[in-house]
Amino acid sequence: MTQAFPKKSTRQWNTLATNQASRLQRARSISLNKVVAATDTVALLEAVLEPLDRVCVEGNNQKHADFLSQCLAKVDPARVHGLHIVQSNIALSAHLDIFEKKIARKLDFCYSGDQGIRLAKLVKQDLVEIGAIHTYLELYSRYFVDLTPRVSLIAAQSADADGNLYTGPNTEDTPAVVEGTAFKNGIVIAQVNEIVDKIPRIDVPGDWVSFVVQAPKAHYIEPIFTRDPALITEIQILMAMMVIKGLYAPYEVSRLNHGIGFDTAAIELILPTFGESLGLREKVCQYMSVNPCPTLIPAIESGFVKGIHCAGSELGMEDYVAGRPDVFFIGHDGSMRSNRAFCQLAGHYADLFIGSTLQIDLEGNSSTATLNRIAGFGGAPNFGSDARGRRHGSKPWLKAGQESARVLGSTMPRGRKLVVQMVETFREKMQPTFVERLDAWQLMEDFRLDLPPVMIYGDDVTHLVTEEGIAHLHRCATAREREQAIRGVAGYTAAGMARDRREVENLRDRGIIQRPEDLGIDPRLATRSLLAAKSIKDLVQWSGGLYNPPKRFRNW
Amino acid sequence: MEAAGVSNATDDGFYEATARQRVAALLDKGSFHEILPPAQRVVSPHLKELDLPVAFDDGIVIGEGRLDGRKVFVAAQEPAFMGGSVGEVHGAKLTGLLDRAARDRPDGVVLLLDTGGVRLHEANAGLIAISEIQRAVFRARAAAVPVIAVSAGSNGCFGGIGIVARCCDYVVMTEEGRLSVSGPEVIESQKGVEEFDARDRALVWRTMGGKHRYLIGEADGLVQDSAARIRAAVLPWLGTPVPLDLDSLTQEHARLALRLEQFGDAQDALEIWSRQGVKAPQDLPGLDHEAFMNIAVPLRNSSHA
Amino acid sequence: MEHLEYEFGPWESAKTGGAGATVIAGVVGSGNLEVLIEHCASNGQMRVSVDTSIAGFAQTWQAVMADFAERQRFGNVQLTINDAGATPAVVSLRLSQAAEQWRLQA
Repeated sequence: MTQAFPKKSTRQWNTLATNQASRLQRARSISLNKVVAATDTVALLEAVLEPLDRVCVEGNNQKHADFLSQCLAKVDPARVHGLHIVQSNIALSAHLDIFEKKIARKLDFCYSGDQGIRLAKLVKQDLVEIGAIHTYLELYSRYFVDLTPRVSLIAAQSADADGNLYTGPNTEDTPAVVEGTAFKNGIVIAQVNEIVDKIPRIDVPGDWVSFVVQAPKAHYIEPIFTRDPALITEIQILMAMMVIKGLYAPYEVSRLNHGIGFDTAAIELILPTFGESLGLREKVCQYMSVNPCPTLIPAIESGFVKGIHCAGSELGMEDYVAGRPDVFFIGHDGSMRSNRAFCQLAGHYADLFIGSTLQIDLEGNSSTATLNRIAGFGGAPNFGSDARGRRHGSKPWLKAGQESARVLGSTMPRGRKLVVQMVETFREKMQPTFVERLDAWQLMEDFRLDLPPVMIYGDDVTHLVTEEGIAHLHRCATAREREQAIRGVAGYTAAGMARDRREVENLRDRGIIQRPEDLGIDPRLATRSLLAAKSIKDLVQWSGGLYNPPKRFRNW
Repeated sequence: MEAAGVSNATDDGFYEATARQRVAALLDKGSFHEILPPAQRVVSPHLKELDLPVAFDDGIVIGEGRLDGRKVFVAAQEPAFMGGSVGEVHGAKLTGLLDRAARDRPDGVVLLLDTGGVRLHEANAGLIAISEIQRAVFRARAAAVPVIAVSAGSNGCFGGIGIVARCCDYVVMTEEGRLSVSGPEVIESQKGVEEFDARDRALVWRTMGGKHRYLIGEADGLVQDSAARIRAAVLPWLGTPVPLDLDSLTQEHARLALRLEQFGDAQDALEIWSRQGVKAPQDLPGLDHEAFMNIAVPLRNSSHA
Repeated sequence: MEHLEYEFGPWESAKTGGAGATVIAGVVGSGNLEVLIEHCASNGQMRVSVDTSIAGFAQTWQAVMADFAERQRFGNVQLTINDAGATPAVVSLRLSQAAEQWRLQA
């Protein structure tokens, strides 16, 4: 029997390239050059976009293609409609205006923060069809699978006449977006703050870029990673002491990620004092995957933190970072290069993640989701999850793995990442952190999501730290033990008061619950004088004047 | 490993301390005797009426003690309670302290001020209190007891108490401290954000902060935030009242008239400093204490005639 | 405002300073409280009086004060609290600060 090979294929195999060429041909009536005038941008978009296109609008934590977004919101919906937006951060009102105007229809994204309430309203009004809410790594991956953008609108610091781009310290998402788009014959349009003869270094080759526009106003970067030490409380300092003495020290944690917040800022600021007094310099916290938060300065200067890779930059830290090239990732031009995808990857496989949250249930699931708001996940789940694919060993990973209660019947030893949630039992206005049922369940119903939007899953959490102590959840063999361990550190909340006293005492005897006194910590010593820096000005002094705080943080 | 710059923040800083901690840090150890202490529960009747929390001391600690062995009276406003504001009881405690000083003649009265001014909740009672305090300051001064105002806290020293501060013999400030009458938000709401943007903190401190007040002659001393340095600044003023008579007032008016001539049309402190002979006025706010004083001391307007 | 009163004990009097000794800790700022400890002749009881700006948490106060009373076992004392919305974490901290001072008065 002979094989029947298909007749010579009549299928076209270069449709994307052909289509790209026709878009570029249409664009020639707007601009013959790669560099396009700002006033021509709306016309350019109308020329290169086609209905139902998959479009990526670069939205990072900080850097946004804001001018291009505003222009996109001005295109004629008769010509451009039904767009499928793939975008990591929904942050500006222009990002949602396009849905109200029916220029866009479908949305796949990661994080919407401040726009969460409006997004929820638009979903209810059936103006936005959500494909899925992703974590950052998931969305970036899908740029290379089934969500490859056809057109990407990106932001860069500067460009030259050939379209080479400099993204500088706030590179963030750009590499992931551009690579996926450019290598599937997509169109990359970049807005820049300035066009220069020679850019400091080439972050994106001009070959990958179709058009460059100088935005009328430089894209604004919000300093969202700066925490003023003046606002750190004694309770946060107490918890920070427990984290350092009860977790970092015994597990010898050298590679980690801190979720942004005042709690973790407190940890950073007592490393040079409390951490030093425990002899922990060069034993813990040497490598971090995190943005360059100003509160890290004392820990860097005093020799705790040796290396930091960043997802993005932070306003005011540019000169300090450039002045510490042994610590940060710096280009030959002297400025930092960040990369959110690689930072998330590094954090995913690190030894420890620690962060705070708004609500925790009695299985240890936590969520920042609140009613009437679709906020998304961002990167926290990438950091705050066990990396089940990990193979290389380290002391903390192996220790936590050995301590973990075994699944019934399994014989294979595993390592385990330390995933730590750090919360006060009550938030402002006496709202309890510990709840029987997360608001996330209601959100799942209201917005017909596949799953309740949980930020960190209870079965990934190894440790829970509150002002009442540390609960080593990974050592709990049953759901019942886990629940009592959580109640045991839930203090005077209803969940905490409903504890079984004897079971909790037993957990404490076994060291699954540790109170501050069990760790040799006197809560009365948790005062602000333990902070290496108590104010923004102190941070400036620690940095030798290199840190340049944004206006809102300074009085000079 | 050498750090680029270890914080100069001392443990005896005033800025973050409570009123009680400030008093303890300022005076000789164990020398403080509190008048109308918390146990006496002389609280605000108005706040109770308004269903708001009261404080046992109504937000001000008063008493007698020793400063380097010398007898002083002290008052310290608690910044966290109602913004350090002056209510009826709070004001009466301050007035009473000053009246006792006029009677007992300590070497000085030290007022650790940290307030937004009148406690609006107490309305007229608060306003009346301010005028009573002013009169009491003058009674103490007429008895040759120096009254010393310190503004080193986060609320600054505003409103009627700003006026009171300038009725005192001496004023000492820190860089973080502020001294004025109308606060930044009030100015903005009255005059518009173009005239004064209250959120422009650099502008606020340029206009009302310790460095400017020292340069333009509103503050007699500028020290780093530490109890020890505030003590050291206050000490030489004890037993050294500034004359309060027709001659001294006439001279003071002349000093102020001249200053108005020199700077009255200036649009910003930067212009004032420039006219005072400061080479790089825009750098002044960012300078550390020592560098600032090197420039400021020879060029500043005198704070006394 | 809500006014709450509790009584715990009886215990032996803590041996502390003279009859007029009093101790105060904390300030009445947002999220904070002040607590005054004084002697009182109460047959060995610890009396507690709370004025709080957040109503509806009587049970929580009861639990926090009961634990504190049990730990310190101060007899013949009066605790008076002016609270401006402190969480139990802050309440416990101030109470232990006050208790330490009270013991030092011996």
